[in-house]
Amino acid sequence: MSDQILQLKQIEKSFGNTKVLDGIDLQLHRGEFITLLGASGCGKTTTLRIIAGLETPDSGSVLLDGVDVTAVPPEKRNVNTVFQNYALFPHMSVADNIGYGLKLKKVSKSEIQAKVKEMLELVQLSEYGSRMPAELSGGQRQRVAIARALAVQPQILLLDEPLGALDLQLRRQMQFELKRLQKQLGITFLYITHDQEEALNMSDRIAVMRQGRFEQIGTPNEIYDSPKTAYVAKFVGEANILKGKVTQSGKVVCVETAAGTALAICKRCGAAEGKSVSIAVRSENVSFAPYQPDAQGLAAVIREKNFAGGMLRIVLELKDGQTLIASRHGIDLPAQVGDEMTVFWNAEQAIVVEDVEEGKL
Amino acid sequence: MKQKTFRFSHLFLGIVLAVMYLPIVLLVVYSFNESKISSVWGGFSFKWYQQLFRDKQMFEALWNSIILGVLSSVSAAILGTLGAFGMTKIKCRSNHVMEYLVTLPIMTPEIILAMVFLAFFSLLGLPFGMTTLVLGHTAFCVPYVFMLVKASLVGMDSSLAEAARDLGATEIQVFRDITLPLVAPAIASGMVLSFAMSFDDVIISLFVTGVNVNTLPIRVYTQIKTGVTPEINALCTLMLAATLVLVAVSAVIGRKKPNINEQQKENV
Repeated sequence: MSDQILQLKQIEKSFGNTKVLDGIDLQLHRGEFITLLGASGCGKTTTLRIIAGLETPDSGSVLLDGVDVTAVPPEKRNVNTVFQNYALFPHMSVADNIGYGLKLKKVSKSEIQAKVKEMLELVQLSEYGSRMPAELSGGQRQRVAIARALAVQPQILLLDEPLGALDLQLRRQMQFELKRLQKQLGITFLYITHDQEEALNMSDRIAVMRQGRFEQIGTPNEIYDSPKTAYVAKFVGEANILKGKVTQSGKVVCVETAAGTALAICKRCGAAEGKSVSIAVRSENVSFAPYQPDAQGLAAVIREKNFAGGMLRIVLELKDGQTLIASRHGIDLPAQVGDEMTVFWNAEQAIVVEDVEEGKL
Repeated sequence: MKQKTFRFSHLFLGIVLAVMYLPIVLLVVYSFNESKISSVWGGFSFKWYQQLFRDKQMFEALWNSIILGVLSSVSAAILGTLGAFGMTKIKCRSNHVMEYLVTLPIMTPEIILAMVFLAFFSLLGLPFGMTTLVLGHTAFCVPYVFMLVKASLVGMDSSLAEAARDLGATEIQVFRDITLPLVAPAIASGMVLSFAMSFDDVIISLFVTGVNVNTLPIRVYTQIKTGVTPEINALCTLMLAATLVLVAVSAVIGRKKPNINEQQKENV
C-alpha cells in the first residue's frame, strides 16, 4: 500500500474561454490534513469537484489509491464531500440524512441505525436524530453534513469552505473539532478555504493556489517562514514586498531597491548578482527609529497610524513613494505622523522570494 | 363609548365581503326555497334536493366531469412534469423559445383553442366523446403543471442532487429520492389546478364533446337556457359544501407541518 492515496496529474480545466486549472499536480498522503488555500476564483473548488467526480477535467488524470478514476462517476468513488452550503436533504430527518449513503449501499436497517447513532455521537448531536434540517442552527447543520459524509467511510473527505457561513467564535470551535475528528478517524481531509488563519491552524500541509496553479505546497511553517513567491508571502501573513536587484550574493543578500539598499536572506532560491528579485518582510518585523543620515536602512516618513485588532499599524512612505506597513503591540507610540524615520530589519527576517507577476502564470 | 365610533375601513371591508359572499349566501338560502320562482320565498323545503337526487342525467354529468377532471389532471401532471424535467436537463439556446411555446396556450383565448381542437380532432377522425374531451383538457392543462414544476425545479439547490450522487446515488435514485419528493408539492398543486380548470370548463368541452357525453358545466348551461330551476341552486350548494370540506382538509394537513421559519428562529 503506497503512502499516496490520491494523485492529480496535469489536470486542466476550462469553462468557456476561462482557464480555471492550468495543469496542476498534487499528491495526498494517507491520513493527512491538507488545505487548498487561495483567493476566490483561484480554482480550488474546481479542483475539489474534479476529485469528487462532479466535474470532468479537460485533460490529466485522477488516481485514487493508485487506480485511475478520471472517468468514474461520483457515486462510484469512495470520496465524500461536505458542501459549502451543507446541502442537507430538507425532506429527510437528520438520521435519514446521515443514513442515506448507507441505505444506497443496501446496508441492513439495524446496521444503519447503529452507524447513525455512532455518527451522531461523534459530532455530538445524539439528541437530534429525529429533527429536520430546517430546525437546526448553522453549526448543527454543519455537523450533520460532516456526519453524513463520514457515515459511508470515505477514503478522503473533501470539505469546501465548510466554516464560511459560521460566526467567528463558532468557526474557531469547529476548527478545533474538525482537527479532532480527523486525528481520531485517521481519514485524509482535503480542506478548502480562503482564510489563511484557518489553513495555518489546522493543516498538516498547505497548497497555496493562484490562477489555477499551485504557488507553493508545504507545511504551515514552511509556507509562513519561507514563502517561495511574493504572492504567498502577501497572502499568508500580509508581508511587505520590495522589488530590487541583487548587488551582493551570499547567505545574506544585498538588494538594491528604488528606496535604498536592503538586506535579506535567501532560503530557497539562488540569487545571483544582477538578478531581479523581491524581498518579503512581515509587518511585525519592520523596525524603525528617528532618522539619522548615516544610519543603515531606508529613509521613510510616517503617513498614518491606525489602531486595529489590538495592534498598531504604522504606514511608512519610502523615498520612492512605496509604502511599508509596520505593526506593533500597544496603543500609541511617541513618533508622530509626518516624522522622518529610518526603517530597518534583521536580515534573517527578510526573505528573498520569486516575483511572479499576475498574468504571467 | 367605544363601539359607537364609525370607521371607514370597517365599512369598506363590509362592502367587499358583501360583494363576494352575498350571491353565494342567497344561492344557498334559495336552494331551500319551496317556491319555484327564485325571487319569491315560499317557505323552507328540501324539495329541490329530492328532485336533484332523482335527476339521473345530472348525476351522470357530474360523474363524467369527475372522471374527465381526474384523467386529464393526471395526464397533464405526467406530461407537464416530464416536460419541465427535460427542459431543465437540456441546455440549449432555443430553451427560452421552447418555454414560450409551452406556455403560449395559457395566453391564447379559449375559443381559439376550442376551434383548433375541433378542427384537429375531426381531421384525425376521432369519435367525439370522452376521448376527445380528455385529450383537449389535458392539452390545455399541461402548461400550468409545466410552469409550476419548472419554477420549483429552477428554485431547487443543485448541490442537493450533487450531494446525493456524492453519497452513492445513481441519477435514477437521485430522481426518486431527492428531486421527486422536493417537487411533489408543485406537481400536486398543478394537478389540483388542472382538475379545477377541467371541472368548470365550458367552452372547450362544448366544442369537443359528442352528443352522448355531457359534463356538469354543459348540463347546467343547457338547463339555464330552458329556464333556471332551483334544482341548480341545490346542486351548487352541494358542490360548495364539497369544496369547503376539501379546503378545510387541506388546511388541516397544511397546519400539521411545523412552520419551518419560526422553528429556525427559535434555534438560532
